[in-house]
Amino acid sequence: MNIDWAALGSVFGVSLVATVALVGLFTLGIVGLTKQEAAAAGGGGSAVLARTGAYACFAACAAAVSYGIYLIVV
Amino acid sequence: MEHITLLLAIVIVTALVFDFTNGFHDTANAMATTISTGALKPKTAVAMSAVLNLVGAFLSVEVAKTISSGIVTEDGITPQVIFAALVGAILWNLMTWLIGLPSSSSHALMGGLIGATIASVGVGGVNGGTVVTKVLIPAIAAPLVAGIAAFLASRLTYRIGRNADGKATAKGYRAGQITSAGLVSLAHGTNDAQKTMGIITLALIAGGILSPGSNPPMWVILAAGLAIALGTYLGGWRIIRTMGKGLTDLQPQQGFAAQTSAASVILASSNIGFSLSTTHSCSGAVMGAGLGRKGGVVRWSTATRMFVAWGLTLPAAGLVAAGSEFVTKQGDWGVAAVAAFLIGACAAIWFVSRRQVVDHTNVNDVTGDAEPAGVVTAAIAAVTPPPAGTPAQDLKANIPAQPQAADSEEPATQPARV
Repeated sequence: MNIDWAALGSVFGVSLVATVALVGLFTLGIVGLTKQEAAAAGGGGSAVLARTGAYACFAACAAAVSYGIYLIVV
Repeated sequence: MEHITLLLAIVIVTALVFDFTNGFHDTANAMATTISTGALKPKTAVAMSAVLNLVGAFLSVEVAKTISSGIVTEDGITPQVIFAALVGAILWNLMTWLIGLPSSSSHALMGGLIGATIASVGVGGVNGGTVVTKVLIPAIAAPLVAGIAAFLASRLTYRIGRNADGKATAKGYRAGQITSAGLVSLAHGTNDAQKTMGIITLALIAGGILSPGSNPPMWVILAAGLAIALGTYLGGWRIIRTMGKGLTDLQPQQGFAAQTSAASVILASSNIGFSLSTTHSCSGAVMGAGLGRKGGVVRWSTATRMFVAWGLTLPAAGLVAAGSEFVTKQGDWGVAAVAAFLIGACAAIWFVSRRQVVDHTNVNDVTGDAEPAGVVTAAIAAVTPPPAGTPAQDLKANIPAQPQAADSEEPATQPARV
């Protein structure tokens, strides 16, 4: 009986980092979009910045999801 | 296909029934949080999950070459042993469904195989070490890993989004949750439908229909995919209710964190090579997310019942399988008797379930349910010491309150008070 602690450890590490990073990024994206709406209403220049940031976050999440599908399929 | 014996046909049908109960049982993993937070309508959620399960069944390129991943020696596995194992697994799946507890279908199948193997060739046929590394350790690790990840993720998402307008963000969380739930469904289809294909293929090989090492024929892939998708679509509403509403109360943020954590854990574990059960990961993620919100509570009475069910999965499925194997060994009449017993038991469980129907219309209503969440909270409140600064005579008043609270509790919830 040998327990593959290294594999278990990496599952733990990878899951933790992936979950927190993804949830964090996605939340940033959502918050960015709401900020953008508020800023656009106020007519500030930060609207573009907020929107670009939000789309960058969503793009990163979409990439992660595609990688997930790739992992499932291959 | 022309030489399929009656026994082989029974094994194939039973394997498909197991596949069906597997889908039925595990819909909750992917869709419970999506349904309870209202991200998708119940029917839409299970339909989406069913389609993704079916797609997943066709995506898998690597065929399950072993049924048990080395837990039992597979040289001596006969169709009878597989049949007995499936009977144990199906009955355990249906029993846990009846009482609405999520439990691992793979563990039920492994328990069935262990029991049937012991009854068939003795204890020597089971690799005890593999049972520990592939069943016990993952069962403890999975909820912890997923729970901690979901806990931290929900903390983070509340922290980042604390100044954002709840209504504006709800749509975003909804989309995120649906995406993660879709990934879980897809992964489930590839893993679990494949398991059934593996069983049927191995049974066909054992019966001499297919040559050893061959891939499953198309009809096997199609049948397994359809069985799991149908099971998923019919939805184990009782388990969905427990996972989505029974364990804790989830807001969209938490649902998103829980589902993302579950998806990450499932994908990481199946690719790094330390396989963790989907059910255990999802339940752990839901509880972790429940604790991640300020003021969030986990109903430990329900959680305890779930843990007990996890502990019982292997022995219970094993016992039924061992009994079935003992009877099937007696000859053709034994196989017929076990098949009749299986059908009878399934029918009985179904009739009992009709007494209190849980379906897509009432899956999110927990009021009036047997779940005494408020009672347990009251009991805990009664047991906890009074706040500091309270006069000592309050203690006296507390003492009669304790047994009263205990009396009103359901027996099943008692471990929670310890």
